[in-house]
Amino acid sequence: MNAEARNARWNVLGLLPAQLIMLATLIVPVGIIVLVSFSTRGPYGGFDYVFTTAPYRQILFNEGWTGELEFNPQYLIVVARTMILAAATTFICLLLSFPVAYFISLQKATAKMLLIYLVTLPFWVSMIVRVYSWIIILGNDGVIAKTLHALGLVDNMGSLLFTDTAMLIGLVYSYIPLMILPIFASIEKLDPALVEASHDLYGSRLTTLRRVILPLCRPGMMAGSILVFVPCLGAVLEPILLGGGKTMMMGNLIQLQFGAARNWPLGAAISIVLMAAVLVFLVWRGLRAIRRERAEAAA
Amino acid sequence: MDNNGSSEQAKAVEIRGVSKSFGSYQALKPVTFDIRENEFFTLLGPSGCGKTTLLRMIAGFEQPSGGEILLRGADIRGLPPHKRRVNTVFQSYALFPHMTLSQNVAFGLENLGWAKERREARVADMLRLVHMEQFAARRPQQLSGGQRQRIALARALAPEPEVLLLDEPLSALDLKLRQAMRDELRTLQRQTGITFVFVTHDQEEALDMSDRICVLGDGEIQQIGTPAAIYEEPSNRFVADFIGETNFLEAGVLSVDGDNATVSTPLGVTLSAPQKRAAVGGQAWMSIRPEKISLPARPGQIAVDGTIEGANYLGGYTYYVVDTGAAKLRVSKRNAASRGRMFEVGQPIKVSFAAESVRILGA
Amino acid sequence: MSGNSDVRRYPGFGPLSVLFFVYLYLPIAVVVFYSFNANRIVANWGGFSLHWYSTALSNAALVGAVKTSLLVAAVATTLSIVVALMAALVIVRGRQVRFRRASETIVNLPLLLPEIVVAVAVLILFSELGLTSGLLKLMIAHTTFCIPFAFLPIRARLQGMDADLEEAARDLYASGWVAFRRVTLPLIMPGVFSGAMLAFVISMDDFITSNLLNSGGATTLPVYIFSLIKQGVSPQLNAISTLIMIVSVVLATVAFLVQRRR
Repeated sequence: MNAEARNARWNVLGLLPAQLIMLATLIVPVGIIVLVSFSTRGPYGGFDYVFTTAPYRQILFNEGWTGELEFNPQYLIVVARTMILAAATTFICLLLSFPVAYFISLQKATAKMLLIYLVTLPFWVSMIVRVYSWIIILGNDGVIAKTLHALGLVDNMGSLLFTDTAMLIGLVYSYIPLMILPIFASIEKLDPALVEASHDLYGSRLTTLRRVILPLCRPGMMAGSILVFVPCLGAVLEPILLGGGKTMMMGNLIQLQFGAARNWPLGAAISIVLMAAVLVFLVWRGLRAIRRERAEAAA
Repeated sequence: MDNNGSSEQAKAVEIRGVSKSFGSYQALKPVTFDIRENEFFTLLGPSGCGKTTLLRMIAGFEQPSGGEILLRGADIRGLPPHKRRVNTVFQSYALFPHMTLSQNVAFGLENLGWAKERREARVADMLRLVHMEQFAARRPQQLSGGQRQRIALARALAPEPEVLLLDEPLSALDLKLRQAMRDELRTLQRQTGITFVFVTHDQEEALDMSDRICVLGDGEIQQIGTPAAIYEEPSNRFVADFIGETNFLEAGVLSVDGDNATVSTPLGVTLSAPQKRAAVGGQAWMSIRPEKISLPARPGQIAVDGTIEGANYLGGYTYYVVDTGAAKLRVSKRNAASRGRMFEVGQPIKVSFAAESVRILGA
Repeated sequence: MSGNSDVRRYPGFGPLSVLFFVYLYLPIAVVVFYSFNANRIVANWGGFSLHWYSTALSNAALVGAVKTSLLVAAVATTLSIVVALMAALVIVRGRQVRFRRASETIVNLPLLLPEIVVAVAVLILFSELGLTSGLLKLMIAHTTFCIPFAFLPIRARLQGMDADLEEAARDLYASGWVAFRRVTLPLIMPGVFSGAMLAFVISMDDFITSNLLNSGGATTLPVYIFSLIKQGVSPQLNAISTLIMIVSVVLATVAFLVQRRR
């Protein structure tokens, strides 16, 4: 019918620019990344489309002159460190965000607005500046070292910088607003009468928290976990600035391969591993959400 | 008021075989009826009966899956909403929050290309019509529900639509206001002479305001008629049940003679009463409204023995449940005397009714 | 212990929240504080000075980087907001849209991929296309990852807007375009505005992609700051950081106030 055909035309037209951009700059290039990850490294960097699985083998093994493979855990350690740091960051963010978000939601309207503004503010402040600030704090001559020295507690503690701990602090610092906001949103949606009903039915504070509040905030926690975990897996700035050149994460390993190391196929292969990790995580969360919905529907 | 053509009952809207499906779900089976010029026409039915869908198809927000809609004789199929001389009062009022009240009322006139002076005069007239002239510069957020309702009306009436559609406009108001707005709506309709098509699920509202009512149920027309006809002469069980309250008793049809049928009833009496769609040997219902049963029995009526089983005092009325053994009858009794309740629970009593008050409805 | 009578309160949440805000703002405060340090060595306080601000503002490389960033952000913001607005109108308001969910996922795709992957993708694309203009590369790449940030606030605003209002406009003889211009657009303007702000800040702030694409003579502000950090902590760097933070805070505050306005 006339009106419906007109509708359909507008629908296609409106979505076309966004979809074309994503297709041209992301979907097709990601396909090319897959191709590159199975390609041979060019003599002067770059790559030639000659099929090989060498880039993936390189992640696990050193290839000797005669082609024998020697297990080399250096990249695997980077992958493991990335996963552990991302998981730890997500966990710490979850642990910290809930009480803070809950506390904020209990405030009066004006105070609540101000606190939420304060939570979102760092998000607007340049990421590189925020990460840099931790160099001043954690560095050899940094604020922490100086303070401890001045108090006479520690004589020479050495640098906190360039450690896994420094990276973890920086990662949590960078991404925690992304955890607080969705959790806050789900707490705000919670009907206060539910908490009162739980107490009315002889639930203690702890029981109420465990059986009523936390389950109802799960969607917010889920959303927050995705918002924190995914960018953590691909973090670049925090490992470069706070981890130094030695303790790498996958993000700066990839960057290295496309930059100074000029090994594009290896970089592409690690990118594929990173994407696979993200995909596995998203599918896992998605499946859990679906299963829970099904269980609730069945109950 | 313009009375030309009303003598021959010109048609404002003709609905011809209009149906609507959403995917495999048929929201509205093919329906055919006319809405006359200058009448207050109500689409009444429970939620999900297709009344709002019908209204939205007249407005142009939905396309019929089949059939045609004529507006003053012209087929409006395929015309977008802004090309139909039809205006809607939305359930949510849908007043533009970023415009003042006069800007809201002027919006349609601007789009129709009215000159500024004529437009301003019209806006002032409309605001006066709904008694809101002193609020012209306010914004919708600053109004109460009843005031918003009035502005929504003024905005929809301003362009002098051929038909005004009202989608449950009173449902968001509280009870007292709703009563007052009913009278106001009716007065507005008479003053403007514009055809009103009113959608509601509230049967009292429909009976109170309408010239004619179309009862919709299960996606089809159940009955069209004046409020009195709908109440007194329901064409089937659905209508008798949905409009007002009634007692249904299963009846066996013994014979059908034109508009009357003779039935045997579980009350132990055989009676002859007006019928609709009754067939000999077929299943039928005898319907009798609670206010048409006399308590205590009157001489010359069909009398039945029973006991008072319950009494609900409702101020102006008391509802009694009378157990006759074979069936329980709800009886309403006006509390004319100063004392509310005249009968005690458990008290044996005789009730009666006239055969003419009974309706026999085929299943 | 008045707090204890309220069953909704939990002991310890308050102090924890205070600590959290200290954690959030202490590093920023430290940077601002040391930016006024007259001493060349950051950690040794040498008295109050605005010296480093004047050296920062007369730093030609910095000014160049700011110009590049502003140009790229302006282009990326404009393009992404137009594209996102069109997509949001269809996704939220369109009738009988096929693949609505899938379309939305595609628009939000940059959020589902770690940014380094997005950066690698565009890097490889540009190398395959043989594109050499650094500025053009940045504009295209930034537009891509700004689209979801422009899209989400617009979508939220549209979803919060009663669809009856658009129908009322159509009912009152407004054509599709007039209804959009006079009713839809004014009402979703706060969403469009915060989408634009967000896209702008995301573009200005981007390091990962800009750094990987850093060639062809287009150095953005974060990439330039990164090169300064590599040279070591300096009071001038603190001054630059403070200036950036001031601008960010102003932008964030404006965006926040606009969002709050109903």
